[in-house]
Amino acid sequence: MLTAEERQEIEAELAHYPTREAVCIDAMKIVQRHRGWVSDESIRDIAELLEMSAADLDGVATFYNLIFRKPVGRHVIMVCNSVSCWIMGYERIREHLTARLGIEFGETSPDGRFTLLPIVCLGACDHAPAMLVDNELHVDLDPERIDRVLEECK
Amino acid sequence: MTVAAEKPLTAAIRSDGEVLGLREYEQTGGYQALKKALGEMTPQSVQEEVKKSGLRGRGGAGFPTGMKWSFVPVGPDAPRPRYVIANADEMEPGTFKDRYLMEGNPHQLIEGLILAGYAIQADVAFIFIRGEYKLAQERLAKAIAEAYAAGHLGKNILRSAFSLEMILHVSAGRYMCGEETGLLNALEGKRANPRSKPPFPPVAGVWGKPTIINNVETLVNVPHIIAKGFAWYQGLSRSRDPGTKIYGASGKVKRPGLWELPMGTPLGEILEEHAGGMRDGLKFRGVLPGGASTDFLVQEHLGVPMDFLEVQKAGSRLGTGTMIVLDDHTCPVGMVSNLIQFFAQESCGWCTPCWSGLNWAKQILAAMEEGRGKSGDLEKLQFQTKFLAPGNTFCALAPGAAEPLQSALKYFRDDFERHIREQRCPWRA
Ligand SMILES: Cc1cc2nc3c(=O)[nH]c(=O)nc-3n(C[C@H](O)[C@H](O)[C@H](O)COP(=O)(O)O)c2cc1C
Ligand code: SF4
Ligand code: FES
Repeated sequence: MLTAEERQEIEAELAHYPTREAVCIDAMKIVQRHRGWVSDESIRDIAELLEMSAADLDGVATFYNLIFRKPVGRHVIMVCNSVSCWIMGYERIREHLTARLGIEFGETSPDGRFTLLPIVCLGACDHAPAMLVDNELHVDLDPERIDRVLEECK
Repeated sequence: MTVAAEKPLTAAIRSDGEVLGLREYEQTGGYQALKKALGEMTPQSVQEEVKKSGLRGRGGAGFPTGMKWSFVPVGPDAPRPRYVIANADEMEPGTFKDRYLMEGNPHQLIEGLILAGYAIQADVAFIFIRGEYKLAQERLAKAIAEAYAAGHLGKNILRSAFSLEMILHVSAGRYMCGEETGLLNALEGKRANPRSKPPFPPVAGVWGKPTIINNVETLVNVPHIIAKGFAWYQGLSRSRDPGTKIYGASGKVKRPGLWELPMGTPLGEILEEHAGGMRDGLKFRGVLPGGASTDFLVQEHLGVPMDFLEVQKAGSRLGTGTMIVLDDHTCPVGMVSNLIQFFAQESCGWCTPCWSGLNWAKQILAAMEEGRGKSGDLEKLQFQTKFLAPGNTFCALAPGAAEPLQSALKYFRDDFERHIREQRCPWRA
């Protein structure tokens, strides 16, 4: 079930759009902000609130990169794998992260601390390589800088 | 000319990374154009001014902005509401100019969007921004609130008869959301598949209503054109395309970054004088002049003025004007493989030549990089570029993907052949 808070936030969005469906991506992001991810149950609840079919909503959910349909760790690391970062040493950054965390892309560490994902160009190409950790941008990456960022993630 | 006049879009942006608030923006002349337009100009004359300025879209295709606006039906019976949208999706790999413009001076975009809205008599404006741009979102949200409080948005803007609501729409990430009809679907809460055209968005866009979509950089030009006039604007340029352009460079140059320069500044001048040339010990081999979906240019093109026509004559596109530089220690096949992987992943799957062609090309290139290239691979890749060409697919993603591939096959053929002959990537130890 959606919490009263989630429902309120979703309904606030409805005021801006002429259809209920238009709010569906926002609604999934609101739920994800509260719970970390969007479960099948949440899909059904949101679909009902917005008067859509759950199958249609799931089709939208799976289309977008930033909607998580599986549980994620406490910290989500998204590493840019696009062209400028590739030129500037993405492969080394990826190797360092996978070795340090002991997980591959798409996986969550057994202690539930980290999820590692690839992401497309973050618009920080002049400071490549780049990554997002919990939506915060980190640039000019090298192994030392990555270690410092990871230390701060409890 | 003063420095501020030479770099109208960026002169006010602070070098310490802090944002310009409403007061600071107003101190640099901000919202004067809005006052002028609402006080002295009809929507028609705002459109005329932009048309005469010759401003062309900065989102990649270079469509004349004033002309696009003029396609919106007017008159008492014209459909309403009308929408105006800032395309702030910026997901073209190698492109980072719109983020800089929004983070540094969000009010400049807001003013440009209000003026575009006034020109077409829009009712609602959206800023469609990609989900990853968190700082830009925060700054825009605050700036929109400030603009409402100052009477620049909402009912009867600056006590005129014009009213406009502005909504920040945060997307959830997919390259296709930046394609204008994909964006319309995304805004409606659907998968960002493109729509067939016609009808074109200015006639029937979001929720079937007239809609203008412009790139962030396009819109931030508008307040300056309205404030200072089309003749001034044309004088900023070094070529037939008017105004300034935000050029950028990434890759192994000494000083990667962004520079606002006269439109038509030569490619080599940007790379040498502004980007500082190649890093020590490296040589220039080629460049994608306007983001991932443009054809490579090489040494012989360094004199090409970076404007729409000249870059096209050289066999590529100005695109977003943010260049990705290839050096001689980086494998061109690996670079193209990375690009094609991106396009294959972001293909929406609607058209076979795009979806299956890109996946096929992706596999061939990956195998080549891993030392499993076969004779005949280059012909297969060449063949795919024909299927991806304009006219065979529903949207411009596929032709865009073909551009770096076809030009790499032309300029770096030896490198591809060496991968196949030696059964390895010569750049990997
Ligand atoms: C796959 C694809 C992605 C695009 N992404 C963007 C984008 O992120 N931002 C943008 O302004 N234009 C993008 N465009 C171009 C838009 O379709 C459209 O031409 C542009 O927003 C129009 O604005 P302008 O006339 O001001 O350039 C993209 C086009 C394609 C085919
Ligand atoms: S060209 Fe590619 S991305 Fe565009 S509609 Fe066709 S399949 Fe989708
Ligand atoms: S390519 Fe990585 S930030 Fe642009």
